[in-house]
Amino acid sequence: MLRQIGKRFATAIPSVIGVIIVTFLLTRVLPGDTAAYFAGPAATPQAIEEIRKTLGLDRPLPEQFVRYVKDLGRGDFGKSLTTGQPVITDIAQRLPASAELTLLGLIISILIAVPLGILAAVKQGSLIDHACRVVATAGVSLPVFFTGLILVYVFYFILGWSPAPLGRLDIYYSTPPHVTGFYLIDSLIAGDPGTFRAALSQLILPAVTLAIFSLAPITRMTRASMLAVLSSDFVRTARASGLSPRRVIVTYAFRNAMLPVVTTLGMVFSFLLGANVLVEKVFAWPGIGSYAIEALIASDFAPIQGFVLTMAILYVLLNLMIDMLYGVIDPRVRLEG
Amino acid sequence: MNRREFLKSTTAIAATSAVSAPAILSSASAQARNETLLVIREEGPNNFDIHGVGTNRPGYEVSWNCYDRLMSHGVKKTADGGETYDRDTFTPELAEEWTKGDMSMTFKLRKNATFHDGTPITAKDVKWSFDRAVTVGGFPTFQMKAGSLEKPEQFVAVDDYTFRVDFIRKDHLTVPDLAVVVPGVYHSELVKKNATEKDPWGLEYTKTNTPGGGAYKVTRFQAGTEVVYERHDNWKSGKLPAIKRIIWRVVPSAGNRRALIERGDADLSFDMPNKDFAELKQAGKLQMVSSPVGNAMWYLGMNCKNPPFNNVKVRQAVAYAIPYEKIMDAVMYGVANPLYGAKSNTVSNVSWPQPHGYSADIAKAKALLAEAGMSNGFETTLSFNLGEAVISEPLCILVQESLAQIGIKATINKITGANFRNELLKKELPMIVNVFGGWLDYPEYFFFWCYHGQNAVFNTMSYQDKAMDALIDGARKAAAEGDRAAYEKDVKGFIDKAFAEVPRIPLVQPYLNVAMQKNVAGYRYWFHRQLDYRTLTKA
Repeated sequence: MLRQIGKRFATAIPSVIGVIIVTFLLTRVLPGDTAAYFAGPAATPQAIEEIRKTLGLDRPLPEQFVRYVKDLGRGDFGKSLTTGQPVITDIAQRLPASAELTLLGLIISILIAVPLGILAAVKQGSLIDHACRVVATAGVSLPVFFTGLILVYVFYFILGWSPAPLGRLDIYYSTPPHVTGFYLIDSLIAGDPGTFRAALSQLILPAVTLAIFSLAPITRMTRASMLAVLSSDFVRTARASGLSPRRVIVTYAFRNAMLPVVTTLGMVFSFLLGANVLVEKVFAWPGIGSYAIEALIASDFAPIQGFVLTMAILYVLLNLMIDMLYGVIDPRVRLEG
Repeated sequence: MNRREFLKSTTAIAATSAVSAPAILSSASAQARNETLLVIREEGPNNFDIHGVGTNRPGYEVSWNCYDRLMSHGVKKTADGGETYDRDTFTPELAEEWTKGDMSMTFKLRKNATFHDGTPITAKDVKWSFDRAVTVGGFPTFQMKAGSLEKPEQFVAVDDYTFRVDFIRKDHLTVPDLAVVVPGVYHSELVKKNATEKDPWGLEYTKTNTPGGGAYKVTRFQAGTEVVYERHDNWKSGKLPAIKRIIWRVVPSAGNRRALIERGDADLSFDMPNKDFAELKQAGKLQMVSSPVGNAMWYLGMNCKNPPFNNVKVRQAVAYAIPYEKIMDAVMYGVANPLYGAKSNTVSNVSWPQPHGYSADIAKAKALLAEAGMSNGFETTLSFNLGEAVISEPLCILVQESLAQIGIKATINKITGANFRNELLKKELPMIVNVFGGWLDYPEYFFFWCYHGQNAVFNTMSYQDKAMDALIDGARKAAAEGDRAAYEKDVKGFIDKAFAEVPRIPLVQPYLNVAMQKNVAGYRYWFHRQLDYRTLTKA
């Protein structure tokens, strides 16, 4: 098993190197001049030149690249000019925020989408099947910032049930001691139910927003895959043997239908993690998506490179995890296969 | 783990997480609320130190509140009962008193003032801080230069509590320039201790630390999320502020900032979009304060270097083809001062910005264009900064529509914030919509940067005219020598000339909008357009 994991990592190395080179070059060809932007409102060409020199941007590209790679080797992702912090600190702070939100959104989504998909497949053409279609279509066609704003409007502004959309914690709570960076987990470790509840109540609206958006692919994939499995021979055999419908569906059919669902989950998760910029903007969430966008607007190279690299590594890990899950779910699939 | 166990465990996790139904509750202790002020804004600081490389505007706010200057400005009432800084009076801050000689100015420092850590503030710190401002380059050095503060030799620590500034030339702007954000006083020993060989002025350290003696110090910071300040309880350079703790939360979405202030969860929303401001003002549930931004304007600039805008008739034609009223209503929502529609292009006073004599008149515009020999119109581009799109974009669309009526076909060119300044520096864009404001609220200051033949980046039109330069230089000289009559003559002269030749068409003077709960008082408008926490109170 370990050897297989090692092998997978080895195959990922070229793609990571590729990502490093491509992002480095791409950020350099972006329109916009970092030095001019950060020289401030009162820049003279000379002041801009001075800043360019301080930032090392006056050096030839290969030299900049070598320096960048050397720094990477030391775990130094460079410094963000927009936040003024080392990129690695920023990412370490923001990635858990995004991951916590995305994971919770995904869990909510799975809890709704998977049963819905199964029901829709079992009672194909019924009312619930149509309902499932409507929910999925609506969820995917409403832009996330719209759903987010509507939820804020209804649950915060009108009803007042939800706390102010001010990021991860209400201002009168302090952050729990850092262990995992996930506030829900950290507050539990610290034995602080108050903070746990505060963090959870801040999380619910954005997580639901994400969940609504990701319902569609999961529901549709579950339904399609269940339909295929339900019409296969072994299900007919199970039914003919007089097994209870519940047993047939949950134990036999669903387990076999899980593979494509897990693949979709992996894709949805990685997609959400990078693409929930809009949700982060609406809920003032200090996540990694909005971080990258802000950096992009300011032509701030280091955070963009750091972001892309982090994402690339995450994708590699995620794919590896999913591949291993395959093996666990279905013994016919093995890593070497 | 085998697959059976795995499947069982996932079902178990799913089951438990479904049970823990969330209790959506917003709880906050009432006591903390009275000593704490929650401020919301679109952006947060990227650097606490205005001397740093690329410090953004929110960073100026941190500098302003965490460091003291020698002098500050007095206060005056505005027409609507609000308060604004008074450009013409200077009040003691770190310096108790001063005497201004012909070629120097001597300050007596407070003997009881200390930095946040308790170390006494001495003239040595002032000298070091000023040396730093004129040496590090970039914006601080530039701003100091605007007041003829250029060399470290100009700053002398006479003894521990006496500090002298020597003038290299007579300049009317030297005194005001000593009261802007840049010449703050830093804890020199503490910064030096944290400096490195590569960074002798400790700019890295001050990026996220506030080693000063100002009324507030930053105690918690999360980039892009929040800044938390505590009061410097031993502050002597002014009346001790009422608010003990300031929490500044960054809320990027304008809709949510509005919801937060309307629901009463935030105390103060700074720099609101005009639309929200106009609507909330009408609703009347909050205190809404809006102040005209001094020495600032939205304008349309035309490149005087290249055809067709090197022809003054063409520029005048454009000035008659701008839909001023529509811009005021549909873009600014009425929250701005009109800079158009005066009786004539000859001014009677030296206030700036003030309205010019152009107004929307398509027939006149067509006639002028015909005089210029371009009755068939021409094609050009109209550029704006995407970073200011809320105002620029609708404004450009209105202008585009209007120009089409006189045959000028303008294509709109959107430029990202990072690239805009670079494009300005090249001075090739034929037509731009932009906003500019100067800290020091004097017409000759504005004209020196925006119309003078030195062709600074703000002279976005590349306008060059010897007679104009003579008027601007004349006004600067007259101001330094205190010759009021000559000053007024030159100022009126350069304003008249700027209106007659219209390299830039002033459109409107923007406002700085603030919404506060009814129990918040003491808000004051400042030239730097950032929030001063020191005068704020909360009932």
